[in-house]
Amino acid sequence: MHVEEKFTDATWPAAPETATLEGKNKYLGFWLFLGGETVLFASLFATYLALKDKVPDSGMLLAKDLYEIPLTFAMTMILLTSSLTSVYAMYHMKNNSFQKMQAWLLITVLLGFSFLALEVYEFKHYVHLGHTFTSSAYGSAFYTLVGFHGAHVTFGLMWFLSLMLRNAKRGLSLYNAPKFFVASLYWHFIDVVWVFIFTVVYLMGMVG
Amino acid sequence: MANQQSNSANPNLNLEYRRKQNAEEMKHQVITFSMMIFFTLIAFAMVAMETISRWFIIPVILLLAVIQVIFQLYYFMHMKHKGHETIALFIYSGLTVGLITVLVFLTIVWL
Repeated sequence: MHVEEKFTDATWPAAPETATLEGKNKYLGFWLFLGGETVLFASLFATYLALKDKVPDSGMLLAKDLYEIPLTFAMTMILLTSSLTSVYAMYHMKNNSFQKMQAWLLITVLLGFSFLALEVYEFKHYVHLGHTFTSSAYGSAFYTLVGFHGAHVTFGLMWFLSLMLRNAKRGLSLYNAPKFFVASLYWHFIDVVWVFIFTVVYLMGMVG
Repeated sequence: MANQQSNSANPNLNLEYRRKQNAEEMKHQVITFSMMIFFTLIAFAMVAMETISRWFIIPVILLLAVIQVIFQLYYFMHMKHKGHETIALFIYSGLTVGLITVLVFLTIVWL
Protein backbone atom coordinates (compact mmCIF):
# COMPACT_ATOMS: atom_id res chain seq x y z
CA MET A 1 0.00 0.00 0.00
CA HIS A 2 1.60 3.28 -1.05
CA VAL A 3 0.48 6.86 -0.47
CA GLU A 4 -0.63 7.67 -4.00
CA GLU A 5 -2.69 4.51 -4.44
CA LYS A 6 -6.30 5.01 -5.54
CA PHE A 7 -8.86 3.35 -3.33
CA THR A 8 -12.45 2.28 -3.59
CA ASP A 9 -14.73 2.14 -0.56
CA ALA A 10 -14.02 -1.57 -0.28
CA THR A 11 -10.22 -1.32 -0.48
CA TRP A 12 -9.91 1.78 1.74
CA PRO A 13 -8.13 0.56 4.89
CA ALA A 14 -10.05 0.36 8.17
CA ALA A 15 -7.48 2.58 9.89
CA PRO A 16 -6.28 4.89 7.09
CA GLU A 17 -4.43 7.14 9.55
CA THR A 18 -1.93 4.41 10.41
CA ALA A 19 -1.93 2.40 7.18
CA THR A 20 1.40 3.87 6.03
CA LEU A 21 4.66 4.06 7.95
CA GLU A 22 4.57 7.84 7.68
CA GLY A 23 1.08 7.87 9.18
CA LYS A 24 2.17 5.59 12.04
CA ASN A 25 5.16 7.80 12.83
CA LYS A 26 3.07 10.94 12.66
CA TYR A 27 0.55 9.45 15.05
CA LEU A 28 3.17 8.40 17.59
CA GLY A 29 5.13 11.65 17.29
CA PHE A 30 2.00 13.68 17.74
CA TRP A 31 1.18 11.96 21.01
CA LEU A 32 4.71 12.69 22.23
CA PHE A 33 3.99 16.33 21.44
CA LEU A 34 0.71 16.11 23.35
CA GLY A 35 2.61 14.73 26.36
CA GLY A 36 4.79 17.85 26.21
CA GLU A 37 1.74 20.08 25.82
CA THR A 38 0.31 18.51 28.97
CA VAL A 39 3.40 19.62 30.91
CA LEU A 40 3.21 23.10 29.38
CA PHE A 41 -0.42 23.60 30.37
CA ALA A 42 0.14 22.03 33.80
CA SER A 43 2.81 24.61 34.59
CA LEU A 44 0.48 27.41 33.46
CA PHE A 45 -2.25 25.95 35.68
CA ALA A 46 0.21 25.72 38.57
CA THR A 47 1.22 29.37 38.07
CA TYR A 48 -2.41 30.44 37.93
CA LEU A 49 -3.31 28.54 41.10
CA ALA A 50 -0.34 30.03 42.96
CA LEU A 51 -1.14 33.59 41.83
CA LYS A 52 -4.95 33.47 41.93
CA ASP A 53 -6.44 36.55 43.61
CA LYS A 54 -2.97 38.01 44.30
CA VAL A 55 -3.73 41.68 43.63
CA PRO A 56 -1.77 44.76 44.76
CA ASP A 57 -4.68 46.60 46.41
CA SER A 58 -7.92 45.51 48.03
CA GLY A 59 -10.14 47.51 45.67
CA MET A 60 -9.31 45.28 42.70
CA LEU A 61 -11.64 42.63 41.34
CA LEU A 62 -11.04 39.00 42.33
CA ALA A 63 -11.97 35.77 40.57
CA LYS A 64 -15.41 35.50 42.20
CA ASP A 65 -16.29 39.08 41.14
CA LEU A 66 -15.27 38.53 37.52
CA TYR A 67 -16.43 35.14 36.30
CA GLU A 68 -20.02 34.60 35.23
CA ILE A 69 -21.77 31.28 34.71
CA PRO A 70 -23.74 31.99 31.48
CA LEU A 71 -20.71 32.96 29.37
CA THR A 72 -18.51 30.11 30.62
CA PHE A 73 -21.36 27.67 30.15
CA ALA A 74 -21.95 28.79 26.55
CA MET A 75 -18.24 28.53 25.73
CA THR A 76 -18.04 25.07 27.29
CA MET A 77 -21.04 23.75 25.36
CA ILE A 78 -19.72 25.15 22.08
CA LEU A 79 -16.28 23.60 22.51
CA LEU A 80 -17.63 20.23 23.70
CA THR A 81 -19.97 20.07 20.71
CA SER A 82 -17.13 20.93 18.35
CA SER A 83 -15.26 17.94 19.78
CA LEU A 84 -18.17 15.66 18.79
CA THR A 85 -18.44 17.18 15.29
CA SER A 86 -14.77 16.40 14.68
CA VAL A 87 -15.45 12.81 15.79
CA TYR A 88 -18.17 12.74 13.09
CA ALA A 89 -15.63 14.04 10.57
CA MET A 90 -13.24 11.18 11.40
CA TYR A 91 -16.10 8.70 11.21
CA HIS A 92 -16.72 9.78 7.61
CA MET A 93 -12.99 9.68 6.90
CA LYS A 94 -12.95 6.02 7.91
CA ASN A 95 -15.90 5.43 5.57
CA ASN A 96 -14.01 7.13 2.72
CA SER A 97 -16.65 9.86 2.31
CA PHE A 98 -14.58 12.96 1.74
CA GLN A 99 -17.39 15.50 1.25
CA LYS A 100 -19.11 14.54 4.48
CA MET A 101 -15.83 14.77 6.34
CA GLN A 102 -15.26 18.26 4.94
CA ALA A 103 -18.79 19.30 5.94
CA TRP A 104 -18.32 18.13 9.56
CA LEU A 105 -14.93 19.81 9.71
CA LEU A 106 -16.54 23.03 8.53
CA ILE A 107 -19.09 22.81 11.36
CA THR A 108 -16.22 22.18 13.79
CA VAL A 109 -14.39 25.26 12.48
CA LEU A 110 -17.51 27.43 12.77
CA LEU A 111 -18.05 26.30 16.37
CA GLY A 112 -14.39 27.02 17.08
CA PHE A 113 -14.75 30.54 15.73
CA SER A 114 -17.83 31.21 17.85
CA PHE A 115 -15.93 29.99 20.92
CA LEU A 116 -13.11 32.38 20.04
CA ALA A 117 -15.52 35.28 19.52
CA LEU A 118 -16.96 34.72 23.02
CA GLU A 119 -13.46 34.60 24.48
CA VAL A 120 -12.51 37.90 22.82
CA TYR A 121 -15.73 39.42 24.18
CA GLU A 122 -14.93 38.07 27.66
CA PHE A 123 -11.39 39.49 27.68
CA LYS A 124 -12.62 42.86 26.43
CA HIS A 125 -15.22 42.89 29.17
CA TYR A 126 -12.61 42.14 31.87
CA VAL A 127 -10.21 44.79 30.55
CA HIS A 128 -13.09 47.24 30.70
CA LEU A 129 -13.57 46.31 34.38
CA GLY A 130 -9.88 46.97 35.08
CA HIS A 131 -8.67 43.36 35.11
CA THR A 132 -5.80 43.45 32.60
CA PHE A 133 -2.61 41.54 31.85
CA THR A 134 -0.53 44.09 33.77
CA SER A 135 -2.99 45.04 36.53
CA SER A 136 -1.92 42.25 38.91
CA ALA A 137 -0.04 38.96 39.18
CA TYR A 138 -3.47 37.33 39.13
CA GLY A 139 -4.25 39.12 35.83
CA SER A 140 -0.98 38.01 34.23
CA ALA A 141 -1.48 34.39 35.27
CA PHE A 142 -5.12 34.37 34.14
CA TYR A 143 -4.50 35.85 30.69
CA THR A 144 -1.44 33.66 30.11
CA LEU A 145 -3.31 30.44 30.89
CA VAL A 146 -6.63 31.20 29.20
CA GLY A 147 -4.94 33.16 26.39
CA PHE A 148 -2.59 30.26 25.66
CA HIS A 149 -5.60 28.01 25.30
CA GLY A 150 -7.25 30.59 23.03
CA ALA A 151 -4.09 30.68 20.92
CA HIS A 152 -4.26 26.89 20.64
CA VAL A 153 -7.87 27.16 19.45
CA THR A 154 -6.81 29.74 16.86
CA PHE A 155 -3.97 27.52 15.69
CA GLY A 156 -6.29 24.51 15.50
CA LEU A 157 -8.74 26.48 13.37
CA MET A 158 -5.99 27.58 10.97
CA TRP A 159 -4.79 23.99 10.83
CA PHE A 160 -8.23 22.61 9.95
CA LEU A 161 -8.86 25.36 7.41
CA SER A 162 -5.55 24.89 5.63
CA LEU A 163 -6.04 21.11 5.46
CA MET A 164 -9.58 21.54 4.12
CA LEU A 165 -8.54 24.07 1.48
CA ARG A 166 -5.31 22.33 0.51
CA ASN A 167 -7.03 18.99 -0.04
CA ALA A 168 -10.39 20.27 -1.32
CA LYS A 169 -9.83 19.02 -4.86
CA ARG A 170 -7.61 16.06 -4.01
CA GLY A 171 -10.06 13.97 -2.04
CA LEU A 172 -8.92 11.46 0.55
CA SER A 173 -5.70 9.50 0.22
CA LEU A 174 -3.33 7.72 2.57
CA TYR A 175 -1.16 10.82 2.20
CA ASN A 176 -3.63 13.22 3.80
CA ALA A 177 -5.74 10.92 6.00
CA PRO A 178 -3.11 10.96 8.83
CA LYS A 179 -2.97 14.76 8.54
CA PHE A 180 -6.71 15.10 9.11
CA PHE A 181 -6.60 12.56 11.90
CA VAL A 182 -3.76 14.27 13.78
CA ALA A 183 -5.49 17.66 13.47
CA SER A 184 -8.62 16.16 15.03
CA LEU A 185 -6.51 14.73 17.88
CA TYR A 186 -5.16 18.24 18.47
CA TRP A 187 -8.72 19.55 18.59
CA HIS A 188 -9.70 16.97 21.21
CA PHE A 189 -6.66 17.90 23.26
CA ILE A 190 -7.78 21.55 23.20
CA ASP A 191 -11.08 20.35 24.59
CA VAL A 192 -9.31 18.33 27.31
CA VAL A 193 -7.48 21.48 28.41
CA TRP A 194 -10.72 23.46 28.37
CA VAL A 195 -12.42 20.91 30.67
CA PHE A 196 -9.75 21.73 33.26
CA ILE A 197 -9.94 25.47 32.56
CA PHE A 198 -13.70 25.68 33.07
CA THR A 199 -13.46 23.54 36.21
CA VAL A 200 -10.29 24.88 37.85
CA VAL A 201 -10.36 28.50 36.69
CA TYR A 202 -14.02 29.38 36.28
CA LEU A 203 -16.09 27.06 38.49
CA MET A 204 -13.56 26.93 41.34
CA GLY A 205 -13.09 30.70 40.93
CA MET A 206 -16.82 31.29 41.36
CA VAL A 207 -17.01 29.02 44.40
CA GLY A 208 -14.23 31.09 45.97
CA MET B 1 -2.93 1.48 16.02
CA ALA B 2 -3.73 -1.99 14.83
CA ASN B 3 -3.94 -1.96 11.08
CA GLN B 4 -6.65 -4.37 10.07
CA GLN B 5 -6.48 -5.24 6.40
CA SER B 6 -9.21 -6.68 4.26
CA ASN B 7 -8.64 -10.42 3.93
CA SER B 8 -12.08 -11.34 2.71
CA ALA B 9 -12.57 -12.93 -0.69
CA ASN B 10 -15.57 -10.69 -1.15
CA PRO B 11 -14.52 -7.10 -0.34
CA ASN B 12 -18.09 -5.81 -0.60
CA LEU B 13 -19.28 -8.12 2.15
CA ASN B 14 -16.33 -7.00 4.24
CA LEU B 15 -17.23 -3.39 3.50
CA GLU B 16 -20.75 -3.86 4.78
CA TYR B 17 -19.41 -5.38 8.00
CA ARG B 18 -16.91 -2.55 8.47
CA ARG B 19 -19.54 0.13 7.84
CA LYS B 20 -21.70 -1.48 10.49
CA GLN B 21 -18.77 -1.58 12.90
CA ASN B 22 -17.98 2.08 12.27
CA ALA B 23 -21.63 3.06 12.77
CA GLU B 24 -21.65 1.07 16.02
CA GLU B 25 -18.56 2.87 17.24
CA MET B 26 -20.06 6.24 16.29
CA LYS B 27 -23.10 5.38 18.42
CA HIS B 28 -20.77 4.80 21.38
CA GLN B 29 -19.12 8.14 20.73
CA VAL B 30 -22.48 9.91 20.85
CA ILE B 31 -23.27 8.16 24.15
CA THR B 32 -19.88 9.28 25.49
CA PHE B 33 -20.66 12.81 24.38
CA SER B 34 -24.06 12.86 26.12
CA MET B 35 -22.42 11.66 29.33
CA MET B 36 -19.82 14.41 29.06
CA ILE B 37 -22.58 17.00 28.63
CA PHE B 38 -24.42 15.48 31.60
CA PHE B 39 -21.33 15.76 33.86
CA THR B 40 -20.79 19.35 32.71
CA LEU B 41 -24.40 20.20 33.57
CA ILE B 42 -24.00 18.72 37.07
CA ALA B 43 -20.79 20.71 37.65
CA PHE B 44 -22.36 24.00 36.53
CA ALA B 45 -25.61 23.36 38.40
CA MET B 46 -23.77 22.69 41.66
CA VAL B 47 -21.90 25.98 41.39
CA ALA B 48 -25.03 27.88 40.29
CA MET B 49 -27.01 26.73 43.36
CA GLU B 50 -24.68 28.64 45.70
CA THR B 51 -25.89 26.71 48.75
CA ILE B 52 -23.52 23.75 48.80
CA SER B 53 -20.27 23.98 50.81
CA ARG B 54 -17.16 24.68 48.75
CA TRP B 55 -15.36 21.77 50.46
CA PHE B 56 -17.91 19.47 48.86
CA ILE B 57 -18.19 21.20 45.46
CA ILE B 58 -14.48 21.45 44.67
CA PRO B 59 -13.58 17.75 44.96
CA VAL B 60 -16.76 16.72 43.11
CA ILE B 61 -16.27 19.05 40.13
CA LEU B 62 -12.59 18.04 39.93
CA LEU B 63 -13.65 14.40 39.85
CA LEU B 64 -16.22 15.14 37.12
CA ALA B 65 -13.50 16.90 35.10
CA VAL B 66 -11.17 13.90 35.44
CA ILE B 67 -13.92 11.51 34.27
CA GLN B 68 -14.65 13.77 31.30
CA VAL B 69 -10.99 13.83 30.34
CA ILE B 70 -10.79 10.04 30.57
CA PHE B 71 -13.77 9.82 28.17
CA GLN B 72 -12.15 12.32 25.86
CA LEU B 73 -8.80 10.46 25.82
CA TYR B 74 -10.07 6.88 25.66
CA TYR B 75 -13.09 7.34 23.38
CA PHE B 76 -12.70 10.50 21.31
CA MET B 77 -8.92 10.09 21.04
CA HIS B 78 -9.12 6.29 20.66
CA MET B 79 -6.78 5.34 23.50
CA LYS B 80 -9.06 2.39 24.27
CA HIS B 81 -8.01 0.77 20.99
CA LYS B 82 -5.20 -1.77 20.83
CA GLY B 83 -1.62 -0.63 20.28
CA HIS B 84 -1.71 2.51 22.40
CA GLU B 85 0.86 1.44 25.00
CA THR B 86 3.59 3.87 23.92
CA ILE B 87 1.03 6.64 23.61
CA ALA B 88 -0.21 5.92 27.13
CA LEU B 89 3.41 6.15 28.34
CA PHE B 90 3.78 9.58 26.69
CA ILE B 91 0.57 11.07 28.03
CA TYR B 92 0.89 9.60 31.54
CA SER B 93 4.50 10.81 31.81
CA GLY B 94 3.26 14.27 30.84
CA LEU B 95 0.46 14.06 33.39
CA THR B 96 2.83 12.90 36.15
CA VAL B 97 5.27 15.76 35.59
CA GLY B 98 2.32 18.16 35.31
CA LEU B 99 0.72 16.94 38.53
CA ILE B 100 4.00 17.28 40.45
CA THR B 101 4.37 20.83 39.11
CA VAL B 102 0.88 21.76 40.29
CA LEU B 103 1.52 20.14 43.67
CA VAL B 104 4.79 22.05 44.11
CA PHE B 105 3.25 25.39 43.18
CA LEU B 106 0.39 24.82 45.60
CA THR B 107 2.50 23.70 48.56
CA ILE B 108 6.13 24.82 48.66
CA VAL B 109 5.76 28.02 46.62
CA TRP B 110 4.26 30.83 48.65
CA LEU B 111 3.82 34.51 47.97
